[in-house]
Formats: sequence, C-alpha cells, structure tokens
Amino acid sequence: MATRPTLNKTTAGAKRAPSRSRNSAAASEAMAAQEEAAAQAPAEGGDGKVMPKLYGRPYFQRKKSCPFSGPRAPQIDYKDTRLLARFISDYGKIIPSHISGVSAKKQRELARAIKRARQLALLGYTSRNV
Amino acid sequence: MTMAFYEVVFIARPDISTQQCEALTAKLVDIATNKGAKIIKTEQWGLRTLAYRIKKHKKGYYVFLGLSGQGEVVAELERQFKINDDIIRHSAIRVDEMTKEPTIQMQYKTRIEQRGSRPMAGRVDEFDGTDVMQGAE
Repeated sequence: MATRPTLNKTTAGAKRAPSRSRNSAAASEAMAAQEEAAAQAPAEGGDGKVMPKLYGRPYFQRKKSCPFSGPRAPQIDYKDTRLLARFISDYGKIIPSHISGVSAKKQRELARAIKRARQLALLGYTSRNV
Repeated sequence: MTMAFYEVVFIARPDISTQQCEALTAKLVDIATNKGAKIIKTEQWGLRTLAYRIKKHKKGYYVFLGLSGQGEVVAELERQFKINDDIIRHSAIRVDEMTKEPTIQMQYKTRIEQRGSRPMAGRVDEFDGTDVMQGAE
C-alpha cells in the first residue's frame, strides 16, 4: 500500500481519476498513473485543464479569439464578399463558430450578412463547380 | 415622420447596355426623390458575374443606392423593381447609419482599375485585398 498515497497525489493533480485502473493491481495502477501523467504533461494547458483527446491522442488547441472583436476588427457587411468568403467552406457552407472562433453575437451577424450576400448572388449557396 | 437609411441594391439584365443601365438608375432615383427620399449615394458596380444563375443569366449589372426616406419610398421602389423586366434581383435593407464614402465593393473595383496595367491584372479577382492596397498607394 506504499504506492497508494503517491497515486492519489498524481490523480488529484490531474483532476480526473483514471476509472479503468480502479480494479487492477496496485503496481500496474501506479504505472498507468505514471503513463497518464507523462502523456498529460505536454498536453496540459496553463490552467491545468485536461486537453481533449482525438483517437486517444491529445491535441493542442490554440486559444481562439474572435476575429470581429478588438480595436482593428473588420466591420461585418453583406457587401464585403472578400471578408465573408473567408467564413464559408469550399462547399459554400457557413463555417461553424467553434472552428472559426467567431463569438456567438458576431456569428449571428455574420450569418445574416452571408445570407444577404447569397440572395444578391454575391456568394453562392453551394460550391462553384456544381 | 421618421426618416431611415436604406441600402438598395438591384441587379439588371446583362443584355442591356451600360447607358441603358444608367438611364434605368436615373429613372429610379427620380421616382425615389419624388417620393421624398434623399439620395446619399449611387454606385454602379458594373457587370459582375453572378454566383449562380438568375433567370438563366450568368452576369448582371449591379447598382447600389443609399438613401434616406420613409418606408413608402422603399415600397414604391420595390413595386417598380417588380414591374420592370430588366431587373432580375433586388434588395432593400434598412441600416442604422450611412456615410458618403464608397461602399466596400466600389473600393475593390477602383483598386482593381488602378492596377489595371500591372501583370497580375488578369487574375485580380482571385486576390485578397491586402496586396492590392499596396498597389494603390
């Protein structure tokens, strides 16, 4: 039971106890905890949050900031096709805000602008080569 | 009565001439002023390629009107748009404020014209505004 206190310490640091190792032996438990700690060390954010994992591998997420907030932010305008074109996919769909990082308020504004531009055939509803 | 700012855009058929398009714009501006509107700006964006076909047309003349007036001005303009067969698409949007500055589409257009003789002129449409800016200065 010598490994118990150290294990508890590491899991407490990681906030989330590894549930899969609950029933295994103490030795393997310690190893799993060590492995987990090693895996999390590079993936840990500044605030100690566990990074999301994609297919078991942690991936980095740079903190996104809304491109429409701040002092030099562009104005959302349905006539500004070059600006709006950056927020539609190759298929002509509006890029979701969780990918583009646009704030919810600005995303609503942006969606309205894109839809207006589409009505005026400044932007397409679908991809260009259909 | 309260006045509001409206941005009116309409697309005219590509088979008419530029002069006809300008005459059409002048006619509509006249109708709007007769209804008590104040025209703040008119812009000819010119013959542009449409993103998709409208009434089998691939191109169209874009005309932009910025005006201040009452709702009935817009109602009358929209009635005219529906009657006129040369107009294939129109929109009128109320905005909170309006300046006399040319709209962003017009700015793009003048930038392209300014670098007309440069080697990249033919491919200008694919370009982002940034390097065009430098060419203009």
